[in-house]
Amino acid sequence: MPKVKVPRKSTNIDMTAMCDVSFLLLTFFMLTTKFKADEPVVVQTPKSISEIKLPDNDIMSITVTKDGKVYYGVDGKFNREKLLQKISAKYNISFTEEEQYAFSLTSAFGVPITKLKTFLDMPAEVRKDAVQPGIPIDSTNNELGVWIINGRLANPNYRIAIRGDGDCPYTVIKRVIATLQEKNVNKFNLITNLEVRPKI
Amino acid sequence: MAELDTSQGGGHKKGKKKRSKKASTRVDLTPMVDLAFLLVTFFMMTTTFSKPQTMEINMPVKSTTGETSDTKASQTMTLILGENDKVFWFKGTPDTANFSTTDYSPNGLRRILIDINKSTKDLTCIIKPTDKSNYRNMVDALDEMSIIGIKRYALVSDFAPDEKEKIKNL
Repeated sequence: MPKVKVPRKSTNIDMTAMCDVSFLLLTFFMLTTKFKADEPVVVQTPKSISEIKLPDNDIMSITVTKDGKVYYGVDGKFNREKLLQKISAKYNISFTEEEQYAFSLTSAFGVPITKLKTFLDMPAEVRKDAVQPGIPIDSTNNELGVWIINGRLANPNYRIAIRGDGDCPYTVIKRVIATLQEKNVNKFNLITNLEVRPKI
Repeated sequence: MAELDTSQGGGHKKGKKKRSKKASTRVDLTPMVDLAFLLVTFFMMTTTFSKPQTMEINMPVKSTTGETSDTKASQTMTLILGENDKVFWFKGTPDTANFSTTDYSPNGLRRILIDINKSTKDLTCIIKPTDKSNYRNMVDALDEMSIIGIKRYALVSDFAPDEKEKIKNL
């Protein structure tokens, strides 16, 4: 009996289609991606059932950490440059080109204005891990108010978002809200995590 | 498909006239797919999918005339957020009302608020966080308002002397 010869099929698969698909996905992700802004501190925001989404741009963020330090940040490279120019005119501190560039890349910071120059002079890797004392919010030296006013002057469309840690003391939040009200900002957002609405 | 040299040395082609080798135009795309998927993975990991959620807060505009809006004592409920996740609450005015203690659990604050909201028409809720409370307490209290659907509420940080005295004893 003659042996039945099974024709040997090639194990190679045509990869062209798969390549098409993967590059399609790659293009999609490359176009839609928006990189996470590196935040100087990790904050665990409290949960709420609110489903309002924070807009993508024109956000002025006030971050309050667990130990009550306040960080401030605005988005947009161009607006940050404008903001720094306003601060430098107000406080008579001149910033070099490099410092201005460093500031335009800083998403949030927590140093008093007097120490801002030293902070921006640090190399980028050192700055990332530098200990930041937080922005002063006492009623005698309320720099947060100065930043808010000048931020609004740099871009009037800024919306203010407070990103507070759930465990931060209410006294700090009270000061922040009082500062906002002093500057006639009566509408602001609190960033929270989503929680399922309970049945009642 | 690594088939650049497939025409060479095939068993069945033995003895045939040697032709000039035809190079296959097929290129092995596997490494390219590998690379593409690697990049896809990278972009998937770094992308921010979920935009953060926010609560919108509207504080009253500071009036220069010192004008305040009074609410009826019978329609007012005050929540005082204390330390260690405790909530003190009372209905009416602080000098005559009985203070009670509760917590943020569904059977605590929420049950009380639902009951009072049902029995009172046009309930106004006043939230007073003390300095010993934390930010989560405030957000939780505000969140209860939207869960239950209390339309009129306010965040106040002034305390009446009676309130301070009474929560000390609880």
